[in-house]
Amino acid sequence: MTRAPVAGRVPWMLVLPAGVGMVFLVLPLAGLLVRAPWPTLAERLAEPQVLEALRLSLVTATLATALCLLFGVPLAWLLARVAFPGRRLVRALVTVPLVLPPVVGGVALLLVLGRRGLVGEWLDTTFGITLPFTTAGVVIAETFVAMPFLVISVEGALRAADLRFEEAAATLGASRWTIFRRVTLPLIAPGVVAGAVLCWARALGEFGATITFAGNFPGQTQTMPLAVYLALETEPEAAIVLSLVLLAVSVVILASLRDRWVNTP
Amino acid sequence: MTLHAHLVVERPGFRLDIDLDVPSGEVLALLGPNGAGKSTALRALAGLTGLSGGRFTLDGDPLHTLAAERRPIGMVFQDYLLFPHLSALDNVAFGPRCHGVSKREARRTAASWLERVGLAAYAAAKPRQLSGGQAQRVALARALAVRPRLLLLDEPLAALDAHTRLDIRSRLRRHLDEFDGATVLVTHDPLDAMVLADRLVVIENGAIVQHGTPAEVARRPRTDYVARLVGLNLYRGTASGHQVKVEGILFTVAEQLDGPAFVAFSPQAVALYRTRPNGTPRNLWQAGIEGVERHGDNVRIHLQGPITASADVTTAAVAELDLTPGRQVWASVKATETHAYPA
Repeated sequence: MTRAPVAGRVPWMLVLPAGVGMVFLVLPLAGLLVRAPWPTLAERLAEPQVLEALRLSLVTATLATALCLLFGVPLAWLLARVAFPGRRLVRALVTVPLVLPPVVGGVALLLVLGRRGLVGEWLDTTFGITLPFTTAGVVIAETFVAMPFLVISVEGALRAADLRFEEAAATLGASRWTIFRRVTLPLIAPGVVAGAVLCWARALGEFGATITFAGNFPGQTQTMPLAVYLALETEPEAAIVLSLVLLAVSVVILASLRDRWVNTP
Repeated sequence: MTLHAHLVVERPGFRLDIDLDVPSGEVLALLGPNGAGKSTALRALAGLTGLSGGRFTLDGDPLHTLAAERRPIGMVFQDYLLFPHLSALDNVAFGPRCHGVSKREARRTAASWLERVGLAAYAAAKPRQLSGGQAQRVALARALAVRPRLLLLDEPLAALDAHTRLDIRSRLRRHLDEFDGATVLVTHDPLDAMVLADRLVVIENGAIVQHGTPAEVARRPRTDYVARLVGLNLYRGTASGHQVKVEGILFTVAEQLDGPAFVAFSPQAVALYRTRPNGTPRNLWQAGIEGVERHGDNVRIHLQGPITASADVTTAAVAELDLTPGRQVWASVKATETHAYPA
């Protein structure tokens, strides 16, 4: 939709701060590009430690997204479609990790799932499963931090979806499970995909909860953001290269969201 | 197959309380103004709105206790609600699939239904590629493909343009003739109701105000709403013999009756005069012209006076008699053109 512009000059009172804001957002990214060691870029990217961190990041972020979908979509459905007592409270609690400092999340996870934790001790003695400081721990930390993004996105899509399609399905003999599977889910697919992409990006960038709960072991729990932070102290150029990779991934995600999911009705 | 229903739905400031009986093979139209509760009644039959009271049975089996998906119904919604992500074929196959039919069998059933509504060529089309009329036919096929015993149609023609409507109305009539279960149709269009329904039930403010065959209802309207729908002037008065007194005007009518009575006549039966006519002393009253509007080939004059009335006159008469708003005229109706019946 295009609108006829309001007549008159664009006020500098708005243009000036807008410009400053834009520069502030773009300049650091430009700095990253300017200072990047372009000649040795390919070489540095091929270093086993970098590849290892990249692989670990992609695998854990994807697994975390899968877990978020598995549990988050039903949770969003419950919040959007079933009126149960305490629904508002549950919705508030679900979104807590969104505003919680990730480090606090990591500490909380450690208290519950750590070796001496409420659930962790039981897991350890009964099944011999230990989660902290393992790759599984990374996935859990990322899932914890990223799930609210998925739940909020999917719940929004569910609330915006036309309920009458579900009614039409019911008159055709569809059970609620069939309605969810064959009508609701396809109708909100764009919202689910957008949520999953946001969720994946959040998991990929996860730092605080991961380093607290899963530690920083190369090849096991050292994801890209952790590798960037570590490299910055010892080998700043490597940190720039790793950052560039994360920047590239973010840009690709943003572009894909924009073209396919954000602008389509 | 017979539907016996007593529906009570209560909401703040609104109460629907109606009885419906629909034998199998019959089409019942629920007619009424917006907000009268006709769609609510249909949703209650479908199980999409809960009943506050009452009950209903189909062939003696209680239906109101079943969840919507367990009821042997088919429903066509006002804007069809075809699933946008499924092809026309899969939309129609959706119902049979939900009833446990295999995918192949469901698709075969769906294909045959699409053929019956004349849309075999559009099986692969997505709903957004279909015209309004085609979407309506797919929606009908989808509702019938589950072999319902009760068919519910919510304003099935309202979303169509005038030309398509004519075609779809006659097609729908044919499909309804072939359908052997009971059909309840909701509409606010009297023509749809007249063409499609065997019986009409008129609902106003959640209650039934009139019911009967389309011909009966059209001939003997009992409320102002129905009279407007069928295009008649309607008055309530007191009859004695061949005369009915309405607001001080004495109507001479063909029928003989006593007590509270309705008098109805068509706007075309009203004759207008600039001066008091000689020789027609009966059924005469003086009125002021309140409005003038085009009505088909004629002009409709809205009259104010002891009674409000509509009169249809030719364009020539408007010029000749100078029928402009504010002017006083004499109006009369021939006794043979009135119709009186007990109130």
